[in-house]
Amino acid sequence: MKDIDIKISFAVMGMMIILVGVFQSWGVALSILNLCLISAVMSMGVNIQWGFAGLINFGVMGFLAIGGLATVLISVPPVIEAWSAGGLGILFSGVFIILTVLIVFVINKKFYNFKYKNYLVFIIIILSIPLLKIFSGPSISKIESINAATSGFLGGMNLPIIFSWFFGGALSAGVAYIIGKICLGLRSDYLAISTLLISGIIVSIVKHEEWLSRGVKNVIGLKRPAPYEVDLQNSDWFNNLIEFLNTSKLSKILNNIERQDLLSQLVISSSGVFVKLCFALIFLFVVCFLLYFSEKALRSPWGRMMRAIRDNEDAAKAMGKNVVKQHLFIFMLGSAIIGFAGAMLVTYDGLFTPSSYQPLRYTFLIWVMVLLGGTGNNYGAILGAFVVWFIWIQSAPFALFIINLFTSQLADTNAIKLHLINSIPYFRYFMMGLGLLLVMRYRPKGLLPEKILKN
Amino acid sequence: MYFSATNLTGGYGGVNIIEECSFNVNRGEIVSILGPNGAGKSTAMKAMLGILDLKSGKIVLEGQDITKLKTQDRIKLGISFVPQIKNIFTELTVEENLEMGAFLNENDIQIQIEKMFDLFPIIKEKRKQAAGELSGGQRQQVAIARALMTNPKVLMLDEPTAGVSPVIMDEIFQHILNIKKQNIAILMVEQNARQALEISDRGYILVTGKNAYEGNGDYLLNDEEIRKSFLGG
Amino acid sequence: MDFLNAFILISNFIIVPAITYGSQLALGAIGVTLIYGVLRFANFAYGDLMAFGTMIVILFTWYLQSKGITLGFLPTAILAIPIGIIFTVAISLFFDKTVFEYYREKKSNPVTFIVVSLGIMFVLNAVVRIIIGPNDINFMDGHKFVIKASEFKKLTGLDEGLAIKSTQVITLITTIISCSLLFYFLNKTKTGKSMRAYSNNEDLALLSGINPKKIIIITWVIVSILATIAGTLYGLDKSFKPFTYFNNLLPIFAATIVGGIGNPLGAFYGGFLIAFSEIALTYAYKKFLGYLLPESLEPNTLIQFISTDYKFAISFAILVIVLIFRPNGIFKGKVI
Repeated sequence: MKDIDIKISFAVMGMMIILVGVFQSWGVALSILNLCLISAVMSMGVNIQWGFAGLINFGVMGFLAIGGLATVLISVPPVIEAWSAGGLGILFSGVFIILTVLIVFVINKKFYNFKYKNYLVFIIIILSIPLLKIFSGPSISKIESINAATSGFLGGMNLPIIFSWFFGGALSAGVAYIIGKICLGLRSDYLAISTLLISGIIVSIVKHEEWLSRGVKNVIGLKRPAPYEVDLQNSDWFNNLIEFLNTSKLSKILNNIERQDLLSQLVISSSGVFVKLCFALIFLFVVCFLLYFSEKALRSPWGRMMRAIRDNEDAAKAMGKNVVKQHLFIFMLGSAIIGFAGAMLVTYDGLFTPSSYQPLRYTFLIWVMVLLGGTGNNYGAILGAFVVWFIWIQSAPFALFIINLFTSQLADTNAIKLHLINSIPYFRYFMMGLGLLLVMRYRPKGLLPEKILKN
Repeated sequence: MYFSATNLTGGYGGVNIIEECSFNVNRGEIVSILGPNGAGKSTAMKAMLGILDLKSGKIVLEGQDITKLKTQDRIKLGISFVPQIKNIFTELTVEENLEMGAFLNENDIQIQIEKMFDLFPIIKEKRKQAAGELSGGQRQQVAIARALMTNPKVLMLDEPTAGVSPVIMDEIFQHILNIKKQNIAILMVEQNARQALEISDRGYILVTGKNAYEGNGDYLLNDEEIRKSFLGG
Repeated sequence: MDFLNAFILISNFIIVPAITYGSQLALGAIGVTLIYGVLRFANFAYGDLMAFGTMIVILFTWYLQSKGITLGFLPTAILAIPIGIIFTVAISLFFDKTVFEYYREKKSNPVTFIVVSLGIMFVLNAVVRIIIGPNDINFMDGHKFVIKASEFKKLTGLDEGLAIKSTQVITLITTIISCSLLFYFLNKTKTGKSMRAYSNNEDLALLSGINPKKIIIITWVIVSILATIAGTLYGLDKSFKPFTYFNNLLPIFAATIVGGIGNPLGAFYGGFLIAFSEIALTYAYKKFLGYLLPESLEPNTLIQFISTDYKFAISFAILVIVLIFRPNGIFKGKVI
């Protein structure tokens, strides 16, 4: 039978989440599901680059941060005082940056056989940095001094946050274009190192340019594409819905006041679940949409060409395929999806915390998802995201269980036991590493290997 | 025979490149393996070195069956090999190249190095230079000297004159003749068939993986048919 | 115009710290480059290997301190380094045997090696955090300063002070000793030469009778020694925090590539190049120029090329420049 592996593995995964819902709580189960879905978008982005085209991008963290920044730039109301204090300077600096980039590109295009072209570009970039500082410095300090404790930045455009997902994708694609122009010609290990370094730079920009992102002071209370719990609790239809859903439970209680108490409790707990459910539906839609188009692309002539390029670059070149252009395009496409996911993640969290971006969690974990799930297979990437995120979250209780098993002879006050129990959060890294090593060894193509497509 | 390979059959991935090939060589003898491109000359040499797994055949050195031995063990028994490409350590100095050649020798290698410098005077001047900086002919001399450092009984050369000018080619062949005087059995694969036969005692001509002709150098050089088909008229 | 004070200022804030940091990067980069040269992959677990070695050193330092054993004015950690090396060598060989060997025999592509090194990175990361925790640990004891800024001022009568920490002196001396030993080993001993030969031309090394297994074990031993020493020196000089060690991998990689990947001497210079650039480009030159320029020309801004937050950007910029202009690194020739 066709695709039986896929069906079984997703059924098992669904069961696991339902079990969490039954035994822990539906709120927890939905949180896991939501983050699994967001991770699935991220891993599909990486899979497009690595699985389809063989491009190694260790800069996932940077594109996620760009997506996160997009939510701030799009959804937060503009800070008028800050704009009037330093907006002009910032705009001017922005124009200056664009001009510099344009000049560099023009030099690259028009003077491509000029001997000292690279040196010229180098000098222009070096000179532009202090100039940029001179232009933007005073405005930045003005902006950052306005209401430093609560604001101190320019704010955004006060648009619905959903737009930021697309903007995050577009912004990521733009940055990927520049990175791709510089780095894509490099061999695989240099590309890995370069993208890792660049993502470090991107995160430090987001972390330290407070006028733009509030930096380490974080942006909290972002908008949502879903209703707020408080509004739900105060709305009649939601109260009626909960009452209707719990009719049997409520009818057992005869005392009117007690029944009212129970209902309001149920409403409060259900409102959280309802919000998460709304998110889950939106995310599910995104994942299905992406999956549909990725699968279509994979089977299209374009997908065939990408695989041909991946498997034998020289032969593809010899057949007249523009490998450089295709690589750049797919690097931008994958990065755009990662940026989109980054915006989704921040939207779901409701806050933007630049200091939380660390390569282990936001680059390498995503890579583990792709490698574990199945390189080159969209279903594999999604399954990998689900499995890895599930283990990531549920490893703490599991580790606790193991520790108790092995230290059952020791007293509860034993120093080693206490130390181990305190270190439970780090066992997840261990499991990830071990899982990756085992999969690479015994199932090197991942849980759901790439299918050989016959056309 | 001092070194003999009998009825070798083998190849890569199920396809036989050489079939029932036999070669032998005595000490103090130069034997060339010749033939058109793709005839399996280099493959035959790899089989004798143990780099290629054989399906059948027997290889004997000094009466000892070495068919089952690994490459490194054959080297220990006194077989030395000069590959066609990547045959020197480019980043190491000439002297270090020679030292590495004698890696398995426990005794004083300085004497051996001096012997090589007598044999190849030009590389003595360049002893402290990185081997990669030398000219093509000099590199080839370093490569041969490196292989001779183990004091081998059998020296195998894979196209020692590939890609060098005619003048250098004569020089390299002259060196090979000098090596022969040291009572070493020399087996070489060559593209420059005519010139190789001129210095060879005997030759084998391979065609599509099989022995086609064999005999002493003069015979092969003077046979009308062979001259027409393989030696370019 | 006050050249002397300007020079002391620069020494205190750029030259001395950059020599220290450069030494640490150089040791790290030589390790990465040796792995690359012999085993032919970029080891992403290297930062965490440094953290592991340092962790063992710290644990043993604590043990020694609890027994009342110290080294007087020197940090106790120096006594603990050999133990750290033993454990690091053991874990490196363990991972080589259980993980890398398999892929080596299969002749897997470099990306597979990178991926499994990520797996080891995760594991080491967890091991270090489980055993010693994720927090900052300061394990420096003994005398803190060789000379304090105030003492220097008193001694010389200058306005500027030059402070030299004992860790800085220790770092420099240890680096000089270990690099001299390493380069002696690589260039003068038979085993060292065979290591270079293997790195340069694997097939020919096999034909020469060089035993690859032995070369690989020796490489891991040397690399583990360097990782432990570099990690401990960095920890003594700044402090030990597992996450910082992971981050240090980035400038170390940059230094490795800048020097020509696989080239130990290049990695050595690369380390110093990155360190000097990072520190010199993030230093604010206002005071320095104040000493040199007439009062009328004194700058009123910081005169800092780029803010310290963007240290990464400097490593990266150097990396890109090198990759564009000289893809094989700035030092031609000798690869290990």
